[in-house]
Amino acid sequence: MIGLTHYLVLSGILFTIGLYGALAKRNAVGILMCLELMLNAVNLALVAFSRYLVPGVVLLTGHVFAIFVMVVAAAEVAIGLAIVLTLYRRRETVDVEKTNLMKW
Amino acid sequence: MGISVAFWFLAAITVLSALGVVLLSNLFRAALLLVLCFLGVAGMYVLLNADFLAVAQILIYAGAISILLIFAIMITPQVYRGNPFGRFRLPALFISGLMLAAFILAALGTHWSTSTPPAAAPQATLGQSTVSALSSALFGRGGALLPLEIAAVLLLAILVGAIALLKEK
Repeated sequence: MIGLTHYLVLSGILFTIGLYGALAKRNAVGILMCLELMLNAVNLALVAFSRYLVPGVVLLTGHVFAIFVMVVAAAEVAIGLAIVLTLYRRRETVDVEKTNLMKW
Repeated sequence: MGISVAFWFLAAITVLSALGVVLLSNLFRAALLLVLCFLGVAGMYVLLNADFLAVAQILIYAGAISILLIFAIMITPQVYRGNPFGRFRLPALFISGLMLAAFILAALGTHWSTSTPPAAAPQATLGQSTVSALSSALFGRGGALLPLEIAAVLLLAILVGAIALLKEK
């Protein structure tokens, strides 16, 4: 029987894969893709909670949260890609290890 | 029984394509696998009785966001130089493994007690469409109307900001 635990473990696995990619990658677009993976994992956990926390009904609080997470994710990827394209236009690279202008 | 089979099938697709996103060296193929991962999560939403969210996931993530990412990959031609790992590969692996262990221990060790729903919480019946209940949870009395308006302002600000960043001098 599939329960809440299955979905939470799956969401944890997805979040960890995304975290590993976001920390270890060098290409800025690849890092943005891994960030989207992490946000997806959080959404999955929210929806699983609202489905399984009370038997027989679907609580909608988690769904409302997931919708706002989607809105913010779309905004984040739009502005992130604008920054990446500006960076590429100025410095001909999207490698985050060569982008250390604002490093202390 | 059918739900179990569907869950394990979708879980395998989702996890394998997410691993492909991280491990593949060709960034374009990684973006295509990211679309597959989004579609797997949309299938999970269908299993979880979240029909509106499944459709929104396909439209926003698999449609809009992945197209934006693929455009960015095409415009920045480092796709031919691949998607290499940086200096922090081993520390990142260590931290991620630690977090995965913590997640799994917390998910398995906690007793997720089920209770009766709180009276004011918006809810839908299991097995029926959530769209009308979700719309009254967003727009109705006591709903999330103010955050919704703020989200509209956020999207406007993002639109102006992206144009201002990318405008030719």
